[in-house]
Amino acid sequence: MAFIPHTEADVAEMLAAIGVASIDQLFDEIPASLRVRSLAGIPAALNEMQIGKLMSARAQTDGRPLCFIGAGAYEHHIPAAVWAVATRGEFYSAYTPYQAEASQGTLQVIYEYQTMMASLTGMEVANASLYDGASALAEACLMAVRANRKSKAQRVLVPRSVHPHYRKVVSAAAGNQAVRFEELAYSAADGHTPASALARFDGQDVTALVIQQPNFFGVLEDVDALTRWARERDIFVIAVVNPTSLALLKPPGEWGAGGADIVVGEGQPLGVPLCSGGPYFGFMTTRMAHVRQMPGRIVGRTVDVSGRDGFTLTLQAREQHIRRARATSNICTNQGLLVTAATIYMSLMGPQGLARVAAASHARTAELVAALARVPGVRRLFPSPYFHESVVALDRPVAPVLQRLADRGILAGFDLAEDYPELGHALLVCATETKTSAEIERYASALGDVMKAARAA
Amino acid sequence: MSQVPADLHYTKSHEWVRELADGTVEIGITDHAQHALGDLVFAEVPDTGRVLGAGEPCAVVESVKAASDVYCPMAGEVTAGNPELAKAPELINQDAFGRGWLLRLRPASAARGALLSAAEYAELLRAEGS
Repeated sequence: MAFIPHTEADVAEMLAAIGVASIDQLFDEIPASLRVRSLAGIPAALNEMQIGKLMSARAQTDGRPLCFIGAGAYEHHIPAAVWAVATRGEFYSAYTPYQAEASQGTLQVIYEYQTMMASLTGMEVANASLYDGASALAEACLMAVRANRKSKAQRVLVPRSVHPHYRKVVSAAAGNQAVRFEELAYSAADGHTPASALARFDGQDVTALVIQQPNFFGVLEDVDALTRWARERDIFVIAVVNPTSLALLKPPGEWGAGGADIVVGEGQPLGVPLCSGGPYFGFMTTRMAHVRQMPGRIVGRTVDVSGRDGFTLTLQAREQHIRRARATSNICTNQGLLVTAATIYMSLMGPQGLARVAAASHARTAELVAALARVPGVRRLFPSPYFHESVVALDRPVAPVLQRLADRGILAGFDLAEDYPELGHALLVCATETKTSAEIERYASALGDVMKAARAA
Repeated sequence: MSQVPADLHYTKSHEWVRELADGTVEIGITDHAQHALGDLVFAEVPDTGRVLGAGEPCAVVESVKAASDVYCPMAGEVTAGNPELAKAPELINQDAFGRGWLLRLRPASAARGALLSAAEYAELLRAEGS
């Protein structure tokens, strides 16, 4: 669809119709002292050729590093067909299709996406996506406060083993809405959230419990025990999951006795490139009993007047264009283009393909952890089952080691010192199906060199 | 012209109030309100025991075109939400002043404040052009 801007004649006609002399006059109510007349520090415009050269030069400074960082965003192979199809003109839009009669194809893609996500997570209904995994968790906490009518406390328990960035976003987005977040300690011995961390909340009014599986350390939580504890006390369970892992692990809908109430996560592993951190997309699924409290768009399947199948946005009465300040969310949207890519990715992989990606990622990580643990001065920190990430401890500060490895073109992992100083010199590493044995050996060997040089210094 | 039963009290925001023999009151939305909303598909009623202030949102009625708050006509404690509405929200369309009731409330005081009589509410509807 072409974008046709208003002509000067159109603008003049519209201004005349409302009796206003100029567009500037429409902004008169903004005090002059607050208005910016020109933007200082903005360089002169470049033409297409110049900007192309500049952006290529900037992109080259990234180099082509060998990446072993996970920590919430994962490098997976993306079949060439995914973005070849997603960038076709018919799909290439980030925008929500409000106009159902002109958007049946886009609406059907979102409907198929919702069906896939509901199936993958073992839940009954999905929305059309959210900004990213962290904002999806914030929305899930607010949704739990609305939907759990047995609780008045607006109190959510969040394990310290949940992604630290997610915890920050959740506090920023929901902390000012009178929701209280309380941290649950993890076991220093094995990196998971023990049942003993919950004991002090027995008999208290708690609204929801967040469970991340696998947790930020890559460790598998005892999701059945945690879910059972919560459900026996009418506490909502909010699951934060990696979608790739669900091809192998039990879906949250089947956790404990009765499963999770809300499932969220980061959709990036499903066909979205790392891309320097975004844009990504968040997903959210739930049970039909809570659907009216779920934020965001939902595409439904229906029939037209002639009885033919059709797709349309549904349950919009909850949304901000109708419910205004009392909408389920006033800050969310869907990520149409990224969801289109994820839908194509999942269609191409199928359940078996996704399970092979997950199994290969786990096997590569096992190989990586074993190779690193053979390096003098390196040991595995938590002896727990993991998916495709694990924490290793070094005998010296991590940051200088990471810098030396980056100089050799290896991004060797995520330094936990800032977020988990109590873990000492801890490094979170990840390998997916994209890493070969030779690359893992290259990393282990380079780490050995760097550690040896550091000891000698 | 909508029905406006003479034995009820009303609010400007189109709720009705019925005094029950046990000193509690029954609250719903008027025939005019259900007609304006259209076919209702969902109603959320408050839990028993909830304490409400006058003018506080106490229920949500959702039609295919809008989800609207229902405002509590007086302060009090909820003694019941209509359990039938979860399965049959259309009762509000079919019988707004009867089986379509939303909640029962034990008022915090005997004062009824700014409630309208049937005649006053009928006048309000006339003034609004319905």
